[in-house]
Amino acid sequence: MMFVPGNNPGMMQDAHIYGPDCIMLDLEDSVTMAEKDAARLLVHNALKSIDYGGTEMVVRINPLSTPYGRKDVEAVVKAGVDVIRMPKTETADEVRELEAEILKVETELGCVGRTRIMAAIESALGIVNAHAIATASPRMMGIALGAEDYTANLKTQRSASGAELLLARETIVVAARAAGICCFDTVYSNLDDMDTFRKEVELVKTLGFDGKSIINPRQIEVVNEVFTPSEKEILKARTILAAIKEAQAKGSGVIAVNGKMVDRPVVIRAERTIALALAAGVINKEDLQ
Amino acid sequence: MRNTKLATLEDAIVKSGLKDGMTISFHHHFRGGDKVVNLVVDKLAEMGFKNLHLAASSLSDVHEPLIEHIRNGVISKISTSGLRGALADAISHGLMAEPVIFRSHGGRGSAIANGRLHIDVAFLGASSSDELGNACGYSRSENAKSICGSLGYALPDARYADHVVVITDDLVSYPNVPRSISAADVESVVVVDSVGDSSKISAGAIRDSKNPRDILLAKQAAKVVINSGYFKEGFSIQTGTGGASLAVVKYIRESMIEKGIKASFALGGITAHMVKLHEEGLIGKLIDVQSFDKVAAESLKNDPSHQEVSSVEYASGEHLGSATHALDIVILSALEVDVNFNVNVLVGSDGIIRGAIGGHQDTAADSALSIIVCPLLRGRIPCIVPKVTTLITPGSGVDVVVTEYGIAVNPSRPEIAERLKAAGLNIVDIQSLSDKARSIIGTPAELPFGDKVVGIVMNRDGSVLDRIYNIV
Repeated sequence: MMFVPGNNPGMMQDAHIYGPDCIMLDLEDSVTMAEKDAARLLVHNALKSIDYGGTEMVVRINPLSTPYGRKDVEAVVKAGVDVIRMPKTETADEVRELEAEILKVETELGCVGRTRIMAAIESALGIVNAHAIATASPRMMGIALGAEDYTANLKTQRSASGAELLLARETIVVAARAAGICCFDTVYSNLDDMDTFRKEVELVKTLGFDGKSIINPRQIEVVNEVFTPSEKEILKARTILAAIKEAQAKGSGVIAVNGKMVDRPVVIRAERTIALALAAGVINKEDLQ
Repeated sequence: MRNTKLATLEDAIVKSGLKDGMTISFHHHFRGGDKVVNLVVDKLAEMGFKNLHLAASSLSDVHEPLIEHIRNGVISKISTSGLRGALADAISHGLMAEPVIFRSHGGRGSAIANGRLHIDVAFLGASSSDELGNACGYSRSENAKSICGSLGYALPDARYADHVVVITDDLVSYPNVPRSISAADVESVVVVDSVGDSSKISAGAIRDSKNPRDILLAKQAAKVVINSGYFKEGFSIQTGTGGASLAVVKYIRESMIEKGIKASFALGGITAHMVKLHEEGLIGKLIDVQSFDKVAAESLKNDPSHQEVSSVEYASGEHLGSATHALDIVILSALEVDVNFNVNVLVGSDGIIRGAIGGHQDTAADSALSIIVCPLLRGRIPCIVPKVTTLITPGSGVDVVVTEYGIAVNPSRPEIAERLKAAGLNIVDIQSLSDKARSIIGTPAELPFGDKVVGIVMNRDGSVLDRIYNIV
């Protein structure tokens, strides 16, 4: 998920050419007070007129507690945004408030249920309420960590090891999985330190995150490299799935591949590997037949 | 020394026999740091010369003082490869009575060699010279001030001009060999305080582009090279110096190492990147008409397999011995490419001259594979267009256009399109790219051209390719 400032037409115009899975146009922190209205208009027009080629489009709105939040919702829902990202989410009630606001605009347009919600959790209270937030609305498609505000709230700062974020990250993954939605890790802003960035991406993949937020197209390659299954992993997954298919055809129960027993979790992991490989474009559906 | 050629600038001019209406020439190896053109023309103005034809290999921002000399009638005609800055702006608005003649580097070389461009007096800046005129673009002395490396664009002037004046800021003891310009071609040697501002002559160290668009374009261009069919043992290559072109070298290098492929030579403007590949054993020889940075200039001085060549040997269309005829792959940039693959590198989308032909025409026409790297959009400016503002390089010589929205292959090269498609690259019709640009940007307003011809773009063979009109 690539963050793009909502007040920068040059960047918005062709952010999709770098191939992010998802683009988040920002109306919140990257836009100054004086430019909130102009940015809203720009983002509205970008969503309506630019062909982003099927890239999932997210807009981060201003909190509903500010004078801009409701206007943001109206503008981006009318422009047909896929997902609204709500910043600094602390309670389930806030999600429901946003849901009501979206519903109002969608009812007017006659497209009820089109817009989904992603909640960014950026405080200790938000982490404590993570599961309630994740399950607050059927529109919830994911929760994301916003680490800068979170560490400030914890009265600490970000470190290279990410020790201060461990609980928040694990909580978000667990809450998302329990709710059956996606989870996205926070941004890493030092563009000159790709090694630490890579380590962080590897860490969050191990923790179970579905993806990483990025602030520059140069970070896409690293995220894709880490999250895309290797040829070896794909081959292993395909062997397992083929063996299962064969076993099911024969009606046999427990099977073994390369001497190791294949049980339910192994199959689920294999299916996820294939799904990721398909999404990354390293294999296609014809390959699987 | 019994036969010294040392003279003051004024004495050298008097001795040259220069008269009103004659042609004087200069090279542009000191690029943005050049002091020679302004120094000499100031002196010629002071001495009362009029109606001179200034034939430079190129002119840039630093030559703004020429505007006054044109207004005062000292200079009445210009031939060059390019124009930039205030001088270009003034000429685009109709400063001169006679149109500027634009030639490619190879086109200029062959025009000089074949007599179409006759030079009466050449004023050639040199980084070092002895008092007989053995001169070069580097120096072996401790007083080296203004290093530019190759003097390739000055060599035809030195050989064919009626009278040659070498101007240097580093007079060294005889014999200054190996040399670029031979004393046999030189009539006078003038020593001045400085021929160039070294900080503006060349970049110290080239940094890799961090512009994500450049990186994207470079990766795509590298994939085109690698899958083109020309990427094999002993291939040859030339690239430009833009961010994307430099980055291409980086990605090609990785593939050369991985596949164990070595290039026979790299040609043209030589950069630190090419020197690095050469020193790693990945490129056999460097053929250098222009050294783009200090690393390249040092390498030219020290490495016998790094060879300086004149612009005739580099890229003349009329001399079969020129290196471009042996070139496999060239990677070039563009201001605009049109749906017929014609390229403009000279006139901006505002109708103002802002570039140089350089070796674009020459390398595109002669190489086996020419790749143009050009973004679809520069901000609000569409770069893939229905028709180029000014025709510089005819589409017949352009094979592949790489944009961030897809790669277009000239229909005259179906075999290349097939190879690139087979490699999984996104091959698109060039018309669809032009349409895409219009769908995002809209249709720009027509440029307000007047009816006065301010520039004539020459083809390599001396025929006229296009005319540039004044902007109102």
